Amino acid sequence: MDWFDSWALTLATFLPVVGIVVLAFVPRAQEQLIKTVALVTTIVTAAVGVGILLNFDYGAKGVLQFDPGKKTWIDAIGSNYHVGIDGISLPLLVLSMFISILCVIYSWDHFPEPHNPKAFLMLMLVLEVGMNGTFVAQDLILFFVFFELVLLPMYFMIGVWGGPNRQYASIKFFLFTLFGSALMILGFLALFFKAGNTFDIPTLIEQAGNIPHNTQLWIFGGLFMGFAIKVPMFPFHTWLPDAHTEAPTVGSVILAAVLLKLGTYGFIRIAIPILPEAAITWAPIIGGLAVVGIIYGALGCLAQKDMKRLIAFSSVAHMGFVMLGIATLTDFGINAAVFGMVAHGLITGMLFFCAGSIQERFGTRELARLGGLLVQAPKLGWILGFCAMASLGLPGLAGFWGEFPAILSAYQPAAGLSEPLFRFYMVVASVGTVFAAGYLLWMYQRTAFGTPKEEFAKEHIHDVHGPEWLAWAPMLALIFVLGVYPRFLFGVTDEAVQTVTAAFRAVGGP
Amino acid sequence: MGGLLLAAAGFKAPNLDYAALSPEIVLTGVLVFVLLIDLVVDETHKYLVTQLAGVGVLVSIIPVIALAVDGADRSMFGGAYVVDNFALVFKGLFLAIGYVVLLMSTRYIEEGDYYEGEYSFLLLSSILGMVVMSSARDLITIFVALELLSIPAYMLAGWRKRDLKSNEAALKYYLLGVLASAVMLYGMSLVFGATGSTVLSEIGRQVAGAVGDQPLVTLGIFLIVVGFAFKVSAVPFHFWAPDTYEGAPTPVTAFLSVASKTGGFVALMQLIFVGFFGREEVWGPLFWVLAALTMTVGNLVALRQTNIVRMLAYSSVAQAGYILVPFAVSGDSPAAAGTAQTAMIVYLIIYAAMNLGAFSIIMAVARKTRSGEIASYGGLFNYAPGLTVLMTVFMFSLAGIPPLGGWFAKLLIFQSALDAGTPTAVLLAVIAGVNSVIALFYYASIAKEMWMKPVPDEDRSPIGVPAPLAAALGLTALAVVVIGVYPQAVARLGDLAHLASR
Repeated sequence: MDWFDSWALTLATFLPVVGIVVLAFVPRAQEQLIKTVALVTTIVTAAVGVGILLNFDYGAKGVLQFDPGKKTWIDAIGSNYHVGIDGISLPLLVLSMFISILCVIYSWDHFPEPHNPKAFLMLMLVLEVGMNGTFVAQDLILFFVFFELVLLPMYFMIGVWGGPNRQYASIKFFLFTLFGSALMILGFLALFFKAGNTFDIPTLIEQAGNIPHNTQLWIFGGLFMGFAIKVPMFPFHTWLPDAHTEAPTVGSVILAAVLLKLGTYGFIRIAIPILPEAAITWAPIIGGLAVVGIIYGALGCLAQKDMKRLIAFSSVAHMGFVMLGIATLTDFGINAAVFGMVAHGLITGMLFFCAGSIQERFGTRELARLGGLLVQAPKLGWILGFCAMASLGLPGLAGFWGEFPAILSAYQPAAGLSEPLFRFYMVVASVGTVFAAGYLLWMYQRTAFGTPKEEFAKEHIHDVHGPEWLAWAPMLALIFVLGVYPRFLFGVTDEAVQTVTAAFRAVGGP
Repeated sequence: MGGLLLAAAGFKAPNLDYAALSPEIVLTGVLVFVLLIDLVVDETHKYLVTQLAGVGVLVSIIPVIALAVDGADRSMFGGAYVVDNFALVFKGLFLAIGYVVLLMSTRYIEEGDYYEGEYSFLLLSSILGMVVMSSARDLITIFVALELLSIPAYMLAGWRKRDLKSNEAALKYYLLGVLASAVMLYGMSLVFGATGSTVLSEIGRQVAGAVGDQPLVTLGIFLIVVGFAFKVSAVPFHFWAPDTYEGAPTPVTAFLSVASKTGGFVALMQLIFVGFFGREEVWGPLFWVLAALTMTVGNLVALRQTNIVRMLAYSSVAQAGYILVPFAVSGDSPAAAGTAQTAMIVYLIIYAAMNLGAFSIIMAVARKTRSGEIASYGGLFNYAPGLTVLMTVFMFSLAGIPPLGGWFAKLLIFQSALDAGTPTAVLLAVIAGVNSVIALFYYASIAKEMWMKPVPDEDRSPIGVPAPLAAALGLTALAVVVIGVYPQAVARLGDLAHLASR
């Protein structure tokens, strides 16, 4: 399997490009063929992902796997084509491939206006290239290119296929993210010059300790802006509700399930291991913003009239838990964060799917006009209920293992961080979970319970249909499996997380 | 008798290296030939003249490639005319730009009922001026090359002679161009007065020493830089650009915004890195201010434009600002100057491809809509998906979004600033970063118009793109995408083509 070892990640990243090229030559009218090509592309890509899952060495400690070594790419600036994964990237990479298939299946029969499946699916495949590439890149410039590559397709997805306010939402999304990445790339370049003229992430992790503390703080600030806007953390979150609300269903799902993770992944992969000293100084700020985000997101939810917007604000709150876990700089916290990323991807992705299907059936997402979903479409109603329970962190479902350990980890943050402060964060975050239960149950009650509102009472509402089942069943199953057997994921991430925190412990820890 | 006179004057015939001059000689031959052919071709076949000029430009690239393969640096006239990698890269670039502009012009000039033969002749003359500029390492040669590239351009800007805006364009461009030349020439005379030489390498030697401290030299450098600031339309010397760009025929606008601007930057690079490198404290801060102002003002004003040509005019002002950034931070050491030169050379190459591409689209769309208003691009995707995708590529490349060529150009600009690493340099990089976000807004607004707005007059008939224009589009789009994915292709050129700073 030598061949597979050295080519797997390149294939995983660039196979969708083959699909894009093929699609470009298929006439726009042949929709069936277009959809088939896109589906086959995503499935073949995911097959590579399954191969990676099977060949991954789950016991390996602190090494990159499937790493064929550096290949010269842009010699002039010392950037190489270097890919590799560890236990942190693996689940996210697989999640991204997996969500891509499900999104193609879900869109099968309902492409939003103005239709045009060809352009829509091509953009989706470009998105997949960007997402997969970001999770495998081990060179800062390569990372940057993939990180930015997702912007264009998402911009068009929101702007062309989105809701009534789509033009505003799409450019807001684009400008916010680009502002962050402009500062991020300055940070990358500063790392290059201060830490031995390399963009190679593993090498930087070894060498960046020599950078003077003050400079580290500035560089971390640049990286922080890039990643925090993408997460998004309070107070940079304002693009998210707009983008989510206006995006087509599939766009919302990809945005929630994968794109937000690029930010948190950036913290774990780049900012914290490369600049551990600065991370200690920044951690209280990150933790503080994270808990503000938890509370703010929750309060924001309670004020929403639109179902999608509510779920969007709940994303802000959930990503707050992830960031709190990261800010503790402990094994426990970062493991919880990675778990939280995957769980949030599955659960919030599902919630957006449900919201999309509700909108399709009722023509509205306004909570005040909905009601009685359990009467009219019981299966859809139960699925929504299941996801809402998972989202509020019910033990036994995936959401719990993202939230609870993150809160717990704040009890004992890494050495060098103020214990009372983080314990205070812990208390605030716990209050946040109560709010979460509040707004999710409130949403569920308004949409699913009671009797259907008069305007929809006589209408026949289709229950969950074929493509929806196909797209949703795997996600629902995973939410359940990860909930009852979290070791499934913790076992994968733990070794890699220990490497991240080991680089950190060497500086100030015990 | 003649020999006697020469001997009496102590004149030695200069040693002419014809091989080194071959691109210029071929191009001169082509332009004379074009002018002559134009006399005998009848009115219905004038397009042949433009095509002939295009072929001629391609032929002129052959000696450039041959010289590049040969690889030896050649110097003539006591170092006043040098053919090195720097010169060859830019000669090749100017000829390539010239070819693309001729492709763009072919049908435009024919259909607009303008003089065709003279048009090609003047364009070729201007290109010749740029080719000479790439090798000019002497104040007088620079000045002659500059006039040779500018004077035909003044006329070309007024080519739509029955259009008031075109007249305004030519007049403004001419007056401000002459003013800039005068300012520059005064500066050159001061530098010559202080150093006693017009050859840049000799000036460089003296300026780095005691002579450099004279106020005369400081003033001279200042005036020369200001003169070229007009040429590259740096703020606050940019006022001619939007009016000229809007009024001039569109292919000429493309030519001015790309080739003429690159010509100015080539001259500046030679002057600064060979001639004035020792006086970084004079031009460093000057370029810092120019760069910051040019980026910011260009971008902010571009936000407000409703005409696409004016928008691109301000965008090209802003792009000039980015190219000025490496100048501002290059003065610390010859190594920093090297990084800065790579950044500028690469930027100019990528900028040429994406800007020419954008103007080609504007020409194609204007064939149908007869309008330069941004609103006329509404719903373009519905009836011209190919053009829409290409325009999107060019716009987001100009905005610097990976994986399109522009991202690498911007990256190198940032890199040169962080390589210098001083607080002022980093501040300039941050200003550039914020500016690239501002710029995204107006580049994306074009994309928004094309993809997300309805067709304004419900006229969805397709746009016919003539073959030469399609070729121009294909070439530029290919360059933008290939460079974006594999930037090393141009980065290598940038690294090879450094001028030696002392």
